[in-house]
Amino acid sequence: MEFLGFLARRLAWSVLVLVGLSVVIFVIARVVPGDPARMALGPRASLEQVTELQEKLGLNLPLYQQYGRFVGGLARGELGQSLLTERSVNLDIRTTFPATLELVITTVIIAFLFGVPLGVAAARWKDRWPDNLVRAFAIVAAVMPTFFIALLLQVLAGYVLQILPTTGRLPTGTDFQADITGLLIVDGLLKGQFHVVFEAMRHLLLPALALSLATMGQMARITRASMIDVSRQDYIEAARAFGVPDRVRLFKYQLRPAFVPPLTIMGLEFASLIGGAFVVELIFSWPGMAAYGIRAITQKDLNAIMGVVMVSGLFFVLVNLLIDVLVGWVDPRIRIRGRRA
Amino acid sequence: MSALLSVQGLSVSFTTYGRTAEVLKGVSLEVPQGAQVALVGESGSGKSVTMKAIMGLLQQPPARIHGGKIMFDGRDLLTLPERERVALRGTAMSMVFQDPMSSLNPVWTIEDQLTTILKYADRRLGRDRDRRGRRARVIEVLAQVRMRDPERVAGSYPIMLSGGMRQRVLIAMALLSEPRLLIADEPGTALDVTTQAQILKLLRDLVEAQGLALLMITHNLGVVRETSNYVYVMNKGEIVEEGPTAGLFEAPRQQYTRDLIAAVPRLTGRVAP
Repeated sequence: MEFLGFLARRLAWSVLVLVGLSVVIFVIARVVPGDPARMALGPRASLEQVTELQEKLGLNLPLYQQYGRFVGGLARGELGQSLLTERSVNLDIRTTFPATLELVITTVIIAFLFGVPLGVAAARWKDRWPDNLVRAFAIVAAVMPTFFIALLLQVLAGYVLQILPTTGRLPTGTDFQADITGLLIVDGLLKGQFHVVFEAMRHLLLPALALSLATMGQMARITRASMIDVSRQDYIEAARAFGVPDRVRLFKYQLRPAFVPPLTIMGLEFASLIGGAFVVELIFSWPGMAAYGIRAITQKDLNAIMGVVMVSGLFFVLVNLLIDVLVGWVDPRIRIRGRRA
Repeated sequence: MSALLSVQGLSVSFTTYGRTAEVLKGVSLEVPQGAQVALVGESGSGKSVTMKAIMGLLQQPPARIHGGKIMFDGRDLLTLPERERVALRGTAMSMVFQDPMSSLNPVWTIEDQLTTILKYADRRLGRDRDRRGRRARVIEVLAQVRMRDPERVAGSYPIMLSGGMRQRVLIAMALLSEPRLLIADEPGTALDVTTQAQILKLLRDLVEAQGLALLMITHNLGVVRETSNYVYVMNKGEIVEEGPTAGLFEAPRQQYTRDLIAAVPRLTGRVAP
């Protein structure tokens, strides 16, 4: 019951966040200089043609009416036509979002599976060589631009060693329709086509690794700091005084209370990952939404921009809702305080 | 009769940032079987370091033990292999921690924390007890520390309990594996005076009922009078005075002891307006 109340409050907040986001992106998209109709038609189009398109798109209407149309569309789940692809934005997003989603989720899993243990090891052997190694890695991972890592991996694994594919989500000519969730691994599993699952994983590995390194370093650093913080608590000393073994102390007594900061940061990382994914998508010819969004921005494809932003925003809000629930589960203090509030 | 715990000429120094400080200068004290002994001194006098050295909790470095013996039950703890040393923790000697707010893990229930400690203590002692047996023992000990509803307390997270209840959980934690020596580090100082008095009474009753030896570490001579028969007074890393509690209060020999006695707040005498 309390949990449902908590969820309802969080959901209400999420809706508010999305409304705010819709206003902000609407205003920004229209304040940025450049006429979408002119850009879509090219420099040789006549003034009449441009005016005609402006009227068709409703760009001649007052701003509040334009916003009304936009929100009305959103409420019906209609994102309008893309000027760039000349298809509905819904369709464009439906085909590109799963690719980005699969990439980002894999990235986060990799970052988490390696980042957290690295942080734990660094904290466990603080100021010794494992710690120094992890800290050096975290700094290198943070300062190396994603595009550089992506190219490096592509050259190394793709061309020099030739062990992994470097473009696309599946080998060209693969006959497979990902029409259930759009996620190749999930759909492959659901349809029992395990060669597709295997190939999809092979294709995912390099782009996801390239995208994950910075987040992985971040996870490691935060886990390390949080673990060290907790290790100074009296209850860790108490566990030691009662002869609780090192291993149990480290994972049960120390890691769980230390787990909230990395978890929270991971939720926030999703936003920057979706944004950052475009570099990786371009380099690995990944047919994803991030690359689509960037193209839309450079072409001032208003409907596409707003569609991409709203979908990313919705996804971000949902992920963080999930993270909030997880955080409450990991740390009962947060759950119990929320109940009292 | 030889003492259960006997610290002989213990010297400890700390080295930080290249400077070395002598923290304990040949400390000697004895806790006979079933006796209630207090170690009293102001902050920084070295009583916590003495306690940590006995429990084997000193971080080395920065600490270094460069002299003395800590005999427990006829064995020198300082020369004991680490494994056997750990085996004694919580089972032969255990500690009542000072701060009830920070000494319990916030993300696990009381039952979970107590059964975990019990599980590994059992394992070290080669005792065979299953999950239900451990739970039963936890409930039993929580009842011993006079929890009104031990089942409910066991299922609670520390944040759901009052300070006094948490302090009692810490005492229960120390009693879980039937130790012979209890080292209490100023239990209750973080609580209000009434609750502290209850905690001290509970501790004394338990120690007497179970025939445990108690080493009470405190800065408060009021606590000493409540809980011990014999006192060691510590100052600047040395034992400056020792004797039976009653005699020490009547005729302190050292100026330092007299100062400590003078510092005990009294309920008698003139009340400030």
